[in-house]
Amino acid sequence: MHDGAKIAGGLVLFAAVMTSPFWYNALTAAPSAVPAVDPPPNGSKECVEARSYMRANHMDLLNEWREAVVREGERSYVSTTNGRAFEMSLSRTCLDCHANKAEFCDRCHTFMAVAPDCWSCHVEPKEAP
Amino acid sequence: MTDTSRRGFLKIAGLSLAGAAGGSALLGAGGGPEPVVEGLPADPAGAGRRLAMVVDLRRFGHDDELIERCIRACHQAHHVPDFGDDRKNEVKWMWAEDFESAFSSAEFAYLRSDLEGKPTLLLCNHCDNPPCTRVCPTKATWRRDDDGIVMMDWHRCIGCRYCIVACPYGSRSFNWADPRPHLAAPHADFPTRMRGVVEKCTFCEERLARGLEPACVEACANDEIVFGDLNDPGSKVRRLLAEHLAIRRKPGLGTRPEVYYIVEDPQTLIEAAPAAVVTGAAETDHA
Repeated sequence: MHDGAKIAGGLVLFAAVMTSPFWYNALTAAPSAVPAVDPPPNGSKECVEARSYMRANHMDLLNEWREAVVREGERSYVSTTNGRAFEMSLSRTCLDCHANKAEFCDRCHTFMAVAPDCWSCHVEPKEAP
Repeated sequence: MTDTSRRGFLKIAGLSLAGAAGGSALLGAGGGPEPVVEGLPADPAGAGRRLAMVVDLRRFGHDDELIERCIRACHQAHHVPDFGDDRKNEVKWMWAEDFESAFSSAEFAYLRSDLEGKPTLLLCNHCDNPPCTRVCPTKATWRRDDDGIVMMDWHRCIGCRYCIVACPYGSRSFNWADPRPHLAAPHADFPTRMRGVVEKCTFCEERLARGLEPACVEACANDEIVFGDLNDPGSKVRRLLAEHLAIRRKPGLGTRPEVYYIVEDPQTLIEAAPAAVVTGAAETDHA
């Protein structure tokens, strides 16, 4: 019954070691910044849908486009936001404005640790010589 | 009083009908036409078609230059990789075989000398009764009801290769290796494929959607290949088939292939062809 101090010290040491990664990151790492998305280099102000919708749901929209184009043969998409018609095409429409895939797609995907495999088949326009 | 009330009822009924009609007309006018994408016809051709191809073998010589040109146009447009002499990895949408091999089921004997060993352009036959689509477990390949194209969805292909086994024409290829390092000039107009996916000719459906002819047809200057709608009695494919003897590959299998080959001898074309056919051949037939 004389080891209370040792036990308490051991517990404190244990807690310190276990939580050390959190302390280490809190004290040293730069605050993790959500990557900013630059406006399209071609100066376009209108996306196919509202910005907030695109940020949250572009993957669903792209899935819908894929089904429509490949399986239904429908290639034209009428925006519910601005009523304009767009071709449902990742390389032609999306990348027409957001020309830099590395900055536009990859930056957020890396931050979110997601790895969509769009580009294992679709060709990034600037890859073409 | 019943008369007046009936009269009143009819009046009100008539007025409301007229109002409804006028209202919908106004609504229709207010909505305006559906916006369209430039260069992308709203409905380039419509449904109820049966797209087919006629390869006019009379116009193909024994030299491979024209065939090479067609294959190059197709493979370049669709990112078909070139593995050179590596036959194991070979991927092809369009290729050439000797006439006798191409039409092996016809069992030609004492074949006309100009057809012997004649390189014959081959591609997916876009069968009316395609065996490949029936075996696909994921519906990654299917026959489009509105134009008869046997389509592929490379997103959905799991690479099981049942379709390759089912196709009696060898029209399907499997990507055993990553095709990307073997592409001549990648462009953004068409996707590539990835390792583990089956691919084949799609009758250039992505070009048809833009109102263009298939790449191989465009590569031919003199109607060596003609493309069009068999359901349209006035189409050039129908005229060619009505006026010439055309054969199909392995018709006995019941796949109902929709690529036709005209085999009359070149002399017939010059001497006996009706003038209408020769001049008609100069027009372009937009599918």
